[in-house]
Amino acid sequence: MSFLSYLIKGISLGSVYSIIALGYTMVYGIAKMLNFAHGDIIMIGGFVIFTITSTLGLNPFLAVLLSILLCTLLGVVIERIAYKPLRNATSLAVLITAIGVSYFLQNIALLIFGADTKSFTSVITVPPLKLVGGNLAISGETLVTIPLCIIIMVALTTFVKKSKTGRGMTAVSEDKEAAILMGVNVNRTITITFAIGSALAAVASALMFSSYPSLSSTSGAMPGIKAFVAAVFGGIGSIPGAMIGGILLGVIEILSRAYISSQLADAIVFFVLILVLLVKPTGILGKKIQEKV
Amino acid sequence: MKMKKVLGLILTVSLAAAGLAACGTQGSTVSKGGATGDKFYIGAMGPLTGSNAVYGQHVKDGAEIAVKEINAAGGINGKQIEFKYEDDEHDPEKAVNAYNNLKDWGMQLLMGAVTSGPSVAVAEETKNDSMFQITPSGSSQDVIKYDNAFQVCFTDPNQGVASAKYISNQKLASKVAVIYDSSDVYSSGIYAKFAEEAKNSNFEIVAAEAFTSDSKSDFSVQLQKAKDSGAELVFLPIYYQETTLILTQANDMGFDPIFFGCDGLDGILGVKNFDKALAEGVMLLTPFAADAPDEKTQNFVKQFKETYGEIPNQFGADAYDAIYIIKAAIETAGVTPDMSTSEICDALKSAITKITYDGVTGAGMTWAPTGEVNKEPRAVIIKNGTYQLFE
Repeated sequence: MSFLSYLIKGISLGSVYSIIALGYTMVYGIAKMLNFAHGDIIMIGGFVIFTITSTLGLNPFLAVLLSILLCTLLGVVIERIAYKPLRNATSLAVLITAIGVSYFLQNIALLIFGADTKSFTSVITVPPLKLVGGNLAISGETLVTIPLCIIIMVALTTFVKKSKTGRGMTAVSEDKEAAILMGVNVNRTITITFAIGSALAAVASALMFSSYPSLSSTSGAMPGIKAFVAAVFGGIGSIPGAMIGGILLGVIEILSRAYISSQLADAIVFFVLILVLLVKPTGILGKKIQEKV
Repeated sequence: MKMKKVLGLILTVSLAAAGLAACGTQGSTVSKGGATGDKFYIGAMGPLTGSNAVYGQHVKDGAEIAVKEINAAGGINGKQIEFKYEDDEHDPEKAVNAYNNLKDWGMQLLMGAVTSGPSVAVAEETKNDSMFQITPSGSSQDVIKYDNAFQVCFTDPNQGVASAKYISNQKLASKVAVIYDSSDVYSSGIYAKFAEEAKNSNFEIVAAEAFTSDSKSDFSVQLQKAKDSGAELVFLPIYYQETTLILTQANDMGFDPIFFGCDGLDGILGVKNFDKALAEGVMLLTPFAADAPDEKTQNFVKQFKETYGEIPNQFGADAYDAIYIIKAAIETAGVTPDMSTSEICDALKSAITKITYDGVTGAGMTWAPTGEVNKEPRAVIIKNGTYQLFE
């Protein structure tokens, strides 16, 4: 029974990683850059919800909507100010800018919200599910997180495959120059990608902080890194890959903590990552792309 | 890998910048430094930002109250105290930077650091400079490995031993689970001694679960294992931030043992928006209880509340005591501000072993030449949202 309970917890943790990883993977797939500020947008999203629900006392649902709106705006603004001028710069310059944005957001949050850790009130009001005579308790957060993650993944895949903008994204990701020749507005496509990624970050923040209600200016950093690993694990650039990578990462982390060693859990997670990358260097669902010479 | 290199580069650049900044302040402040000889320059450091800011802020506030009181009453041997407090962000490297800034300012003796990691880093520097160091709350044993460093709080091992003895003597439980941070010297230090002492006790450790600083948001597995092992008490030699998560997650899964911690849990009631009902019944071993009836404690708590609008935690009390301990040692040794830093250090490190000090964090405190303090711990229980003495 405890195995089942661990498994559900792993999937729940993994679902949060997945939603964050989707943001990484979309931005990488389309703009070919690693947006290391992604984790910090999650943190900002958390603070927005915290401020609206705890300080202003408004409805949690409204808070999440506002947070999605603000994070989307923030993502677009960051892209416009920090990344767009570097569109033709080396990838290393963009990477450093992304790290700079990450530190900038952390310090802004530190300045506005202070250094002390805040306790986040869950925005999810679904009651926990008790199965097998109360031996197996599934929290309301888990009940919402897992289905929501699947819905987002399906919606996103459909969007990319079927809609015009989505097909534009695929085109930009495959060949930027050819996409321009075909009349795809590359700048607009990249802006939309950032908007979607940041909106997903806001959703992830609502889910993550509801499950793990400790909020400070560095709260986004570690989940951001783990989700990045999940994205690489699943094959960076691939939407279903991010989903699979995230869930696998969560499950491996929880199960190795439960059955092998609570201390070595992270080491085991990364060891598995190394193994996967040795066998399949592009990740589980990653496409092998031949570099054109 | 690329990421690592980039981070390294950024760190190098920021370090260089910090170094330059330190040079900039040197010229302007060295003139009014300790060389004037009419004031004692006491430097201090601790986290004012970052995840352990609550500790550093209370230490600063507590020390400033003591400095104000002493200066108003005529100073130490008629000499006033100059006090300066620098932020170290609970980061060893930044602590060394802060230490150098304080030295430029003219610091003659150091009260700090607040947390163990920075205290250990700074201890290397004070040893080289032969500067007297007293830490209010840096509880790792490594802080006092040199003879010029002393502690106001218990060392980590002592907290572990004292906790085990307390649980055993009070017969709080027969099955005990431990959740500790294996990546933190404070937490793993306490756990090691606790486990050792547990062998001589009437309880059994049925689960010892670790977490690391990289994965400190999900404790469901550790709690599930503690629950499955039938533990009646969960020992938490950790800091309060993780504890709020542990209490929330334990509540979610309907696990309700006695939670017992050390001084790291102090501050849990100050976490914004945290449901204090979850902390109800949590016990912690701490030398300071804000509701202790003695006059000294009451006076200190009243002053602190009037000045800062908060009830001081153990860290504020430790710092308040630290300043008075420095005063007592200076008076015993007959130290004057015009002596050199190393003369002051030599005089104070022998004087502190001779004094017996009654403070707000314990009566009859004495020091061994090793730097360890000798005092009785008290257990505090959280009741109705406040810390109360556990009888």
